[in-house]
Amino acid sequence: MCLGIPGEIVEILKDRPDLAKVDVSGVRRAINIGLLEGESLVPGDWILIHVGFALSKIDEAEAKSAMDFLTSIGQAYEDEMAALRESMIEEG
Amino acid sequence: MRYVDEYRDAAKARALAARIAALCEPGRAYKFMEVCGGHTHTIYKHGLEDHLPAAVTLVHGPGCPVCVIPMGRVDDAIHIAEQPDVIMTTFGDMMRVPGGRGSFLDATARGADIRMVYSPLDALKIARENPGKRVVFLAIGFETTAPSTAMTVLRARAEGIENFSVFCNHVTILPAIKAILDSPDLRLDGFIGPGHVSTVIGCLPYGFIARDYGKPLVVAGFEPLDVLQAVYQNLIQLSEGRSEVENQYARVVPWEGNLKALAVIDEVMELRPTFEWRGLGFISESALRVRERYAAFDAEELFRIPGGRVADPQACQCGEVLKGVLKPWECKVFGTACTPETPIGTCMVSSEGACAAYYNFGRFSRDRVREATGT
Repeated sequence: MCLGIPGEIVEILKDRPDLAKVDVSGVRRAINIGLLEGESLVPGDWILIHVGFALSKIDEAEAKSAMDFLTSIGQAYEDEMAALRESMIEEG
Repeated sequence: MRYVDEYRDAAKARALAARIAALCEPGRAYKFMEVCGGHTHTIYKHGLEDHLPAAVTLVHGPGCPVCVIPMGRVDDAIHIAEQPDVIMTTFGDMMRVPGGRGSFLDATARGADIRMVYSPLDALKIARENPGKRVVFLAIGFETTAPSTAMTVLRARAEGIENFSVFCNHVTILPAIKAILDSPDLRLDGFIGPGHVSTVIGCLPYGFIARDYGKPLVVAGFEPLDVLQAVYQNLIQLSEGRSEVENQYARVVPWEGNLKALAVIDEVMELRPTFEWRGLGFISESALRVRERYAAFDAEELFRIPGGRVADPQACQCGEVLKGVLKPWECKVFGTACTPETPIGTCMVSSEGACAAYYNFGRFSRDRVREATGT
């Protein structure tokens, strides 16, 4: 759960500005972006996600670096992605 | 992928290792603690200790939130889970953590409704969909996950969801580092600071380590070269007689942290006077509880928890591993009685634990070979 997973913002939900539709390694999920209030986030931006919340905005190179770290550690990342796929966070 | 290649470049790693070796004073041994379990993974996975001179030892620290939860708190959580109409929710890592009365998996077998979730928001959704049930989220983690729990409590209140509560076990990393610095068991020369915790708390709170204890701390990223670079920056500081907080991971970690996340934690939670850590004992002001104004969402207020202490199994040396006094393979039961399939201690349960990381990646570490061959 301490793993930060990078995701790319696909859409900011109009009626719920604290939620964004995010592509995480091919999985699309609603992610809470309420902790990045000061950042102006737009589709195409990358974020680092912890347990359903974006904690920091990152650039694409860092996103690739973070993903590389995650895939290198194997099982822990697979467990986290399996949990994310099961996640039912509201879709707006 | 150029950037990643850059960070994984073996030639760069060798060049950095040579610079590290050149900075080591002859006859002096250096111990640096990597506080975060993520760094432990990188070190074992990439065999970083093999790149370092023999004079430099990396000691892993208490940065695995599942590992530091004492058995008594697991029992308390199971007690809540076994109350009528309760749905207990938690991260997958917690399911196999042994308490005095077994694990969550054992409680599930006895009939308790315990569900794995990815996010506290999943737990809130379960509460929304099950108005007749009392849904409790077992919250664990350092400052990386505490803001998420706090945000979820705020959301529950905004939506008026009354059947949701949090069993709060959030811990804060700084008092644990201080406890380790105050302990006579281990003499450290510097720290590799946690990357993700620092995205929330920033770099300023580490100031006391540099100022009061005279130890450098370098906040680092998770790529192999990040970790080597942090060792290098520690050694430069030592060679120049400096002790400062440096941010090697500025591409992700803002110096001031995430102010919104800190404000949200402060709105919903406050420091406990004291909290028990597995292996480290009671540490004052080292954990968070739900503030009184959010008592309606505090499982500790809503359920009468036993609150008992349970001693760790005698064979288990997780405490020494968490303090960095023992390496995982020096534990008596490592890899024999205690494996990821049949864990005795938390460090082998959690995928972020040092024992699990070492078991999965590190079997051929230089130290172990040295020990085995007596060289």
